[in-house]
Amino acid sequence: MSTPYAKLPGWVEYGLVPLINLAVAFVVAGLVVLLVGENPFEAAYHLINGAFGRGEYIGFTLYYATTFIFTGLAVAVAFHCGLFNIGGEGQAYVGGIGVALACLWLDQTMPWYVVFPLAIIGSAFFGALWAFLPGWLQAKRGSHIVITTIMFNFIASSLMVYLLTRVLKPLGSMAPQTRTFAEGGQLPKLDWLLSIFGLNIGTAPFNISFLLALAAAFAVWVLIWRTKLGYEMRTMGHSPSAARYAGIRESRITVIAMMISGGLAGMMALNPIMGEQFRMQLDFVQGAGFVGIAVALMGRSHPGGIIPAAILFGVLYQGGAEIAFEMPSISRDMIVIIQGLVILFAGALENMFRPAITRAFAMQGRRAAAVAQTKGA
Amino acid sequence: MDFFHVLVVLLESTIRVSVPLVFAALAGLFTERAGVFDIGLEGKMLGAAFAAGAVAAVTQSVWIGLLAAILVSILLSLVHGYASITQRGNQIVSGVAINFIVAGSTVILGEAWFRQGGRTPALAEGARFQTINFPFADAVRDVPILGPIYADLLSGHFLLTYLAFAMVPASWWILYRTRFGLRLRAVGENPGAVDTAGISVIWLRYRAVICCGILCGFAGAYLSLAMTAGFVKGMTAGKGYIALAALIFAKWRPKNVMLACLLFGFLDALAIRLQGTPLPLVGQVPVQLMQALPYILTVILLAGFIGKAIPPKAGGVPYVKER
Repeated sequence: MSTPYAKLPGWVEYGLVPLINLAVAFVVAGLVVLLVGENPFEAAYHLINGAFGRGEYIGFTLYYATTFIFTGLAVAVAFHCGLFNIGGEGQAYVGGIGVALACLWLDQTMPWYVVFPLAIIGSAFFGALWAFLPGWLQAKRGSHIVITTIMFNFIASSLMVYLLTRVLKPLGSMAPQTRTFAEGGQLPKLDWLLSIFGLNIGTAPFNISFLLALAAAFAVWVLIWRTKLGYEMRTMGHSPSAARYAGIRESRITVIAMMISGGLAGMMALNPIMGEQFRMQLDFVQGAGFVGIAVALMGRSHPGGIIPAAILFGVLYQGGAEIAFEMPSISRDMIVIIQGLVILFAGALENMFRPAITRAFAMQGRRAAAVAQTKGA
Repeated sequence: MDFFHVLVVLLESTIRVSVPLVFAALAGLFTERAGVFDIGLEGKMLGAAFAAGAVAAVTQSVWIGLLAAILVSILLSLVHGYASITQRGNQIVSGVAINFIVAGSTVILGEAWFRQGGRTPALAEGARFQTINFPFADAVRDVPILGPIYADLLSGHFLLTYLAFAMVPASWWILYRTRFGLRLRAVGENPGAVDTAGISVIWLRYRAVICCGILCGFAGAYLSLAMTAGFVKGMTAGKGYIALAALIFAKWRPKNVMLACLLFGFLDALAIRLQGTPLPLVGQVPVQLMQALPYILTVILLAGFIGKAIPPKAGGVPYVKER
């Protein structure tokens, strides 16, 4: 595909353009708030206060951000390979099986630092498994990855309902969830990290998987920009035909990229299951897989952009709860609208303002050149 | 006779649940045949259902409700069209965005306007569609075999039900027997050739997207004005995605679309019917397996194990005129 847009300076490309898109998304969201008959500035105040007002709130914000870093990275890795993995939701859901199995097996006998690595492997394995089939079907049978991953989301949801109501549920219990894990299945909180800044974590479930998410972000950066595999993935993403001529094995890269993506999505399950609820419940993913799409689009598929984007969505989730509490006519569904608007303006309409920005810069450049000329004369 | 009775009941509910699928899948047929992928069917249907429920509740008129549904759905289609045709954005991303925006705003607006937990008020008789009974339906019900078929299966549906099934040959005729249809299909296969012939690719694709909006409007209105009396939050419950699956399963052909929708509708009706009853040979089938079956079938089909589904060649690719 030809790119009809002139090259812009780096800070404009990665700073100004996403910020303008984000600002437009928020202006439209503000209009929705107006339509509902509330004051958007008051809503913004509650949003910020609800996300940062107290140590506990910051803990919740970062807890949500942890989840979104994982799912955002998952979408981004696939994006680099030219694949749109819309199945993060299902992969995270199935990844929960790995976490639950590790915890149910060892939580009563082993400390958390033995269970945690096994749970990481388990979640990544099951997430990767759920992404392997769509990847393999795309690579070998030519079925469209978007459609198969959508279908796999629904299949995952049916599968998990089956497992949680019939297999993993303890005998005699009615609720569709596993038993509550003992101490070995509970991750330590990061209260010490917040207390460095003089903040009290309170009841916030901000836990050690946040550090794992940061490590994963670094690992993804190394993978994409510093390894041969990452180079091959990016080549495929830019031009599949160039990759083919260069002797890159397309089907192998497709499957591997999807499995890495699915593994990252699966690791998201660690945060709610071992970090907050200490059991696996129905629908514990709660749309985080889809938030990952917005996060990856906003972060331009770069870990350095994904982490702030994930924190922004953490702010929306935590602050949104506060808005819903203070302004009853704005329920948490407002976040879903904002999420959609961010996907629309930062994703599908990302080039809407680009011609104007490019023109502005071209004009400035010409004026600067003219000034230089007159000075020289 | 008892088996026959069960079958008639089952087929009747199959028809009832397939109607929104038929509308939505035909809607997808128009855009995808024109080369614009649309996974926003779900969102458009939901938006239309909300508009229909809300407007019919306020105006107490089913027709104004239907009109509102179509308008909202066209509007959402145009947003998708603007993003994917004019701005040449990623069509899948745009579809996902529309699904989210609608899912959130129907709840927020519904709660703000009606304060019933995201529902619209229950509709009175004049504000929703009534079933149409064919002449002599009650008189012939006792006639063996043909009686129940006439009285229960053919008669006693909503106007929109008949419209949905009439839209199948109509869509076929539009797509395969009119100049507009020929051009629409061509623009999905080779937009460059259409452009060379002096026909605007952009305008054609916009018209296809509008057709999609109209049909999704009917699908949504059916949900909130006919199937139930009012809008309930998230009432499409993945039907848009099932319709998408049916469209692929049908290999983008009108008659097959109807058959695929009926098949998926039948599976749905069967899953409700079989809940908890053991089958011969296999024993009790988990409901979840029945619910997942349409998706599993689509995956298997896409993998090329049952024939091969070949999408329109230019699907998903924005058209850039050579400079």
